Amino acid sequence: MVSAVMSAAEPKAARRRDWLTNVNAWLLLLPAIVLLAAFTHYPILSTLYHSFFSLSRGGEADFVGLENYTYMLEDDVFWQVLRNNIVFALATVPTSIALALLMAVWVDKKIAGRSFLRLAFFTPTVLPMIAVANIWLFFYTPDYGLLDQFLKGLGFSGHNWLGDPSTVMSCLAVMVVWKEAGFFMIFYLAALQTIPPELKEAAEVEGAGRWYFFRRVTLPLLMPTTLFISINALINSFKLVDQLVIMTKGGPNNASSLLLYYIYEVAFTFQDTAFAATLTVTLITILAGVALTKFVYLDRRIHYQ
Amino acid sequence: MSEIVVNAVSKTWGGVGGVDRISFKADAGTLLVLLGPSGCGKSTTLRLIAGLEEVDSGTITIGGRDVTHLSPAQRNISMVFQSYALFPHLNVAENIIFGLRVRGVGRAERDTRLKKVADIVGLSNLLERKPSQLSGGQRQRVALGRAIIAEAPVCLMDEPLSNLDAKLRHEMRTEIRSLQQRLGMTMVYVTHDQTEAMTMADRVILMRDGHIEQNGAPHELYNEPASDFTARFIGTPPMNIISWQDDAVLGVRPEHVALVESDGIPATVKAVEYLGADSIVLCDVKGETVSVRQSGYCALPTGSQVALGWQNRHIHLFDRNSGKRRADSALNR
Repeated sequence: MVSAVMSAAEPKAARRRDWLTNVNAWLLLLPAIVLLAAFTHYPILSTLYHSFFSLSRGGEADFVGLENYTYMLEDDVFWQVLRNNIVFALATVPTSIALALLMAVWVDKKIAGRSFLRLAFFTPTVLPMIAVANIWLFFYTPDYGLLDQFLKGLGFSGHNWLGDPSTVMSCLAVMVVWKEAGFFMIFYLAALQTIPPELKEAAEVEGAGRWYFFRRVTLPLLMPTTLFISINALINSFKLVDQLVIMTKGGPNNASSLLLYYIYEVAFTFQDTAFAATLTVTLITILAGVALTKFVYLDRRIHYQ
Repeated sequence: MSEIVVNAVSKTWGGVGGVDRISFKADAGTLLVLLGPSGCGKSTTLRLIAGLEEVDSGTITIGGRDVTHLSPAQRNISMVFQSYALFPHLNVAENIIFGLRVRGVGRAERDTRLKKVADIVGLSNLLERKPSQLSGGQRQRVALGRAIIAEAPVCLMDEPLSNLDAKLRHEMRTEIRSLQQRLGMTMVYVTHDQTEAMTMADRVILMRDGHIEQNGAPHELYNEPASDFTARFIGTPPMNIISWQDDAVLGVRPEHVALVESDGIPATVKAVEYLGADSIVLCDVKGETVSVRQSGYCALPTGSQVALGWQNRHIHLFDRNSGKRRADSALNR
């Protein structure tokens, strides 16, 4: 009799427990959901919406379909900043990754002053981009900047590094690599230290040289890190534009302008929010494409421990 | 054939740990076990033979060739690590043929040898798997396969079975031993498990604090322990060591102690461990514990008074201070 009552009450109690668990879970997720929805998801959707409307200076905004996008495709500056951005990414991403790996392998060894070297490599990461840009602005200053003073000592004449369209991109790329490589080094260093030392010994017994071991064991085992870093570096190359504000304002003649800086100019200098929305949607699409490539394509070809 | 001769080899790290002037020989085609508690220098000795550590002094020869200052690869050895040291991103086949690839062995020969080795270690249908998809025992076999495919005359093993469960350990023990005999390898095998040492070895070297405590066949270590340390280390349960006259201690194996009716040493039963085939009775004799092996089930209650006896030919005498075996040890008294 008692057991019959118990079994009838049980599913009810269980359902109630499940319900409470669910409520509990949603309540815990609520703060994150609210913040993400208010400051990430809603702005994205709102941007997408605005990119299909004409600019409303006080009056009504009209639905214009893909007109903003056609305008974008005909905009020479858009193509130039996109080209700049791709060149900038190609110049900074592989270089900073290679440099990070080189530094990590170096400071992973048992050498004198290892901690000091690690710290030195990491220092540029700690500095804010604004400060870095100001420091490098001084390096590149024509005639009395550090670079020109050094070159003058060697008998070369002064050069307006940031004022010359043919050198400005390289100058910015060098600076960004300097700033980023140390940060990526930390990830490589952490990954290197998870590789058990016995692997090296086993390879040694089998007669593998250092370079063979690096190529056939270390590099493949670092691939998850490399992927992570390359995605981050790529995204950074699209989203880090602080240096432009300080150093070149995108000049000369848009030679150093990047997509995000152009969006900033369009939105806040030219006050053309509709076109800025269109450019933003384009930028988000590019970044989403990069992230999707990682998740869908590259992840499957990489060994994770 | 490749015998290994270790001659007066020392290695320390700033005076700490390591080994101190050890010398021994592993005959060609035999299995030598380096046995001892952790920190006794057995792994160091193995790594010195492998060339993974550099000796401070002394020489090592393999097959008559002085290898003291050669790299591991030049010593023509293979090695199995405690952690197996498999390459996690390579599948079983690639792991096994890693060394062949390094040495640039042609594809056709690689495949033939891989097939042969995979059959020997029983991995033929797992060749495509990654190490993470294998059980502990299977990983162990991959490590073994990688060691034997090189067909090196010397194989070094660093506690290869310590990560396996008891049943698997027993299986692999037999398997490694038969493999060693079939392939005629000279094997140096490091372990802290005296059962492994006793069951597998042609010769056991028991080490302690960086020196060799005793070097002999398993039955020699069991029947004629050179010191009370050996006596305590070999055998489950170990030999009973109790205070004797003056400056000597007396050792007697649990199976040689009997519960007697009269004329024995009075003792109190502390506990009985039933093992199935026999029982170990733990007795208290004037504050010292003596274990007695009784065949079958023993139902002595805790606290009961018993008398212990043994025959003189079964006793071992050790010096109290040095721990060394006394020459007159097993004499009749």
